[in-house]
Amino acid sequence: MMAAFIFVVSLATLLMFFVSYCRSLMASSLRHTLSKEVRDVTGIPASASGRDFAKIMQLLQLCPERPDDRTDLHSVEIYYGILGLLEKTIARFMPALHLWTEQERAGCANFAAVILDRRIAFSREILAQQGEF
Amino acid sequence: MSGSVTSFIWYLGSAFELAFVVCSIARKSFLRYFFLNLYFLLTLGTSVTRHLILSSYGLYSAEYRYAYFYSDALLTLALYMALISLYAHVFGELRFAKYLRLTAVLLLMGTALFTYAVVAQSEERLSTAFAYELSQNLYFVGLVLTYILWGAVLKLRETRTRLVQFVLSLGLYFSAYAASYALVNLATKSSAVYFIAPLFGCFLPLSWTVTMWRHSDESRMAPAQLVAVPR
Repeated sequence: MMAAFIFVVSLATLLMFFVSYCRSLMASSLRHTLSKEVRDVTGIPASASGRDFAKIMQLLQLCPERPDDRTDLHSVEIYYGILGLLEKTIARFMPALHLWTEQERAGCANFAAVILDRRIAFSREILAQQGEF
Repeated sequence: MSGSVTSFIWYLGSAFELAFVVCSIARKSFLRYFFLNLYFLLTLGTSVTRHLILSSYGLYSAEYRYAYFYSDALLTLALYMALISLYAHVFGELRFAKYLRLTAVLLLMGTALFTYAVVAQSEERLSTAFAYELSQNLYFVGLVLTYILWGAVLKLRETRTRLVQFVLSLGLYFSAYAASYALVNLATKSSAVYFIAPLFGCFLPLSWTVTMWRHSDESRMAPAQLVAVPR
């Protein structure tokens, strides 16, 4: 009984810290202005919406990975999955929660778009370096 | 199979711990985050000692049992000190340091006394049972203290990215560890749950290393971005 209680409480705090952790990762992308190239490729007009996330993730798989953003992207991907689950279940009956999950999903999509922007720039650098030889 | 998995997790964790120490020296932050470094240095030292005792006396020997539980208690104490040092960083500018140290010592003594009171009633070997119980209780106290620290970070509108990430990683680590301990008690028959806790053990040094490497002490973030519900 006690173990079950500790398990539930720990899971709740784990979830709370995970949400804050992902938000702190995504905070770095908020000041980033997406390049015209990324906006053209993804079809995002000015700011990304939650539905763009899957499309951006597919595009990210086409780019060479940068080692320093891999773990962050995985964390945000898990966060996006949790938000999706929330949106399909509890948020259906709570409009305020639905709005919040949509905002958060848009934040995830924006974060992924910023990573895509960086990866494109990284690929360019590699190509430029190869061209020098 | 389980032996090789355990060894792999062990080497992985040690590599991340060493990486954090190297990284903080390279970033000239070793003394600034001394207690975090001390914790990882002690963890590395403990890993080597345990390995030596394990290879000399075997897994089921009394020597290994004593070494394991006492070193575990020592590491939990070191992590507790690392957490209090993070408190000192957050509250440092508010001149709370003196009261903070006093409260930390009182809490530690209270936990030790409570543990002793619980263990003294059992018929088990007192010394190892005390070390084991103290570890578990300090983990729970650590989880509660990290939760309070996170509340203080939000309330004080802390902007230092590095500090915020350190606290969040510690919160994730403590929560995951406490959950995995509880899971082990709930599902003792499943062997998979025994790998969960060591795997989470790798998360803390990895996350702190990434934070140390990526952010300088001058990195700042807007505190409003951390609050899940917009105010």
